[in-house]
Amino acid sequence: MYEIITNLFGNKVIAYSITALLPLLLFILPFAIVAVYLERKISAHMQDRLGPMRVGYHGILQTVADILKLIQKEDITAEGNDKFLFNLAPVLVFAGSYAVFAAIPFTSVYIGTNTDLGLFYIVAVSGIVVAGILMAGWASNNKYSLLGSMRSVAQIVSYEIPTALVILTIVMLSGTLNLNTLADIQTQYFWNWYIFGGPGLGIDKFLLLPFMIIGFIIIFISTLAEVNRTPFDIPEAESELVAGFHTEYSGMKFAMFFLAEYANMFAVSAIIVSIFFGGYHSPIGYLGNTIGFSWLVPIEQVFWFISKGMIFIFIQMWLRWTLPRLRVDQLMTLCWKYLIPYAFVNLIIVGLINLLK
Amino acid sequence: MKQYLIDTYIALKTVLIGMKITFRHLFIPSVTIQYPDEKPSLPERARNRLYVNIDDCIGCDQCSRACPVSCITIETVKSLPTENLGTTSQGKKKLLWVTKFDIDISKCCFCSLCVYPCPTDCIKMTDVYEYSEYERNNLIFNFSALTPEEVVEKKANFEKMQAEKAAQKTVKPTENK
Repeated sequence: MYEIITNLFGNKVIAYSITALLPLLLFILPFAIVAVYLERKISAHMQDRLGPMRVGYHGILQTVADILKLIQKEDITAEGNDKFLFNLAPVLVFAGSYAVFAAIPFTSVYIGTNTDLGLFYIVAVSGIVVAGILMAGWASNNKYSLLGSMRSVAQIVSYEIPTALVILTIVMLSGTLNLNTLADIQTQYFWNWYIFGGPGLGIDKFLLLPFMIIGFIIIFISTLAEVNRTPFDIPEAESELVAGFHTEYSGMKFAMFFLAEYANMFAVSAIIVSIFFGGYHSPIGYLGNTIGFSWLVPIEQVFWFISKGMIFIFIQMWLRWTLPRLRVDQLMTLCWKYLIPYAFVNLIIVGLINLLK
Repeated sequence: MKQYLIDTYIALKTVLIGMKITFRHLFIPSVTIQYPDEKPSLPERARNRLYVNIDDCIGCDQCSRACPVSCITIETVKSLPTENLGTTSQGKKKLLWVTKFDIDISKCCFCSLCVYPCPTDCIKMTDVYEYSEYERNNLIFNFSALTPEEVVEKKANFEKMQAEKAAQKTVKPTENK
């Protein structure tokens, strides 16, 4: 992909810029529009309501209308705000979640950067979001914003540990941090996925199966907390903190936070899909290979990757409308007393199985 | 340690139970009624805006007297003996010009007490409930069928007749003496 664009424009800088912008324009913006619509529809139907019904067929253009409204809104910066940090924060938050997409493989053909440090890079770069959120809360000069961002930082920093431990489990099994290679290990059929014990049909596959499921549950819960979704949405708890760290933001800056939230949702789903559910590979083989059109394979891969991601997005939304919000102490209890010990034990057991097989 | 594992198990189990419930609700038809497009059917005897069939009204003022909040204002003028006002649909002869029949619906408490005493069943509760207005004065509904000019005319007629009667009365005793 990158080579094609380089040949097309004959300039590496332009080619880099285009490859960097592609996921934003082709995926994140449309995804955010669809996801906001889905969120509203799913929440409505789970509460026996209808949700948006007015704009377009069954309200399908509601999010577009909302975006148009957000663009028109006045960009308010209050008197007491730290102007520089206040303006920088949404950019930083969005940059943090956008940077994750650089290493996510949508197909075998197109990856932003096919780096060997993929997973490590993702875990590291998502830490920028913490700085952005704290910056937003501090610069707002508002006690609720600061409270929300402090909670958020405590939460994200804590929950990075179980996430990293589970990722480590998979890295230990697969021996690679490269998401592309990781997907290639779990090729073609769904019984090769790591959630079902990884490739190969030895006794270790069946031994690994329960521990992989435990690992999946742990990483799902902890990534849910990392992206500040309900039941871990105490940083932006509406009923206690107005809207948390983005209370003071309006117009496009608010939209940036919103976009970052949804981009983050997909990013963590993509990580889970990449390490547990075979990445971009099809669970049932490729139509393109069967009928002999090899150019069809990448398209199918995009389809499978996004579908798998959307399933996790759906589960995230589903959980949001099922569970009530946790208290701060419950949140920390869950992380430090439950998830981290389980992740550690899981890591050791998987390591032993891997050693003794 | 045992309690720890039990707690974990209960937590996961209860989350799954909750998720099962919400998933079931995803497929339950919604209870929303999309108001301006579809309207809920009202009960048979729903009490909403008052309506007066002025053709049947004999101007007896009973509804006005029954009203606990005095939202009905009725003014009548006697007709001349020569004038024929017609009859109501039930065959009662009308004798009064109803020059004013105003209902201030913003005062109305929808008690329906005005409906029962009406001898000709001309005032009744309808199921119309969409009558909001921008001006408060627009909520005073005028049911009288007469135009202001006609009202002036009827009043003048009546006064003329009164004056004639009075004149006759004053003339008669002098003749007797």
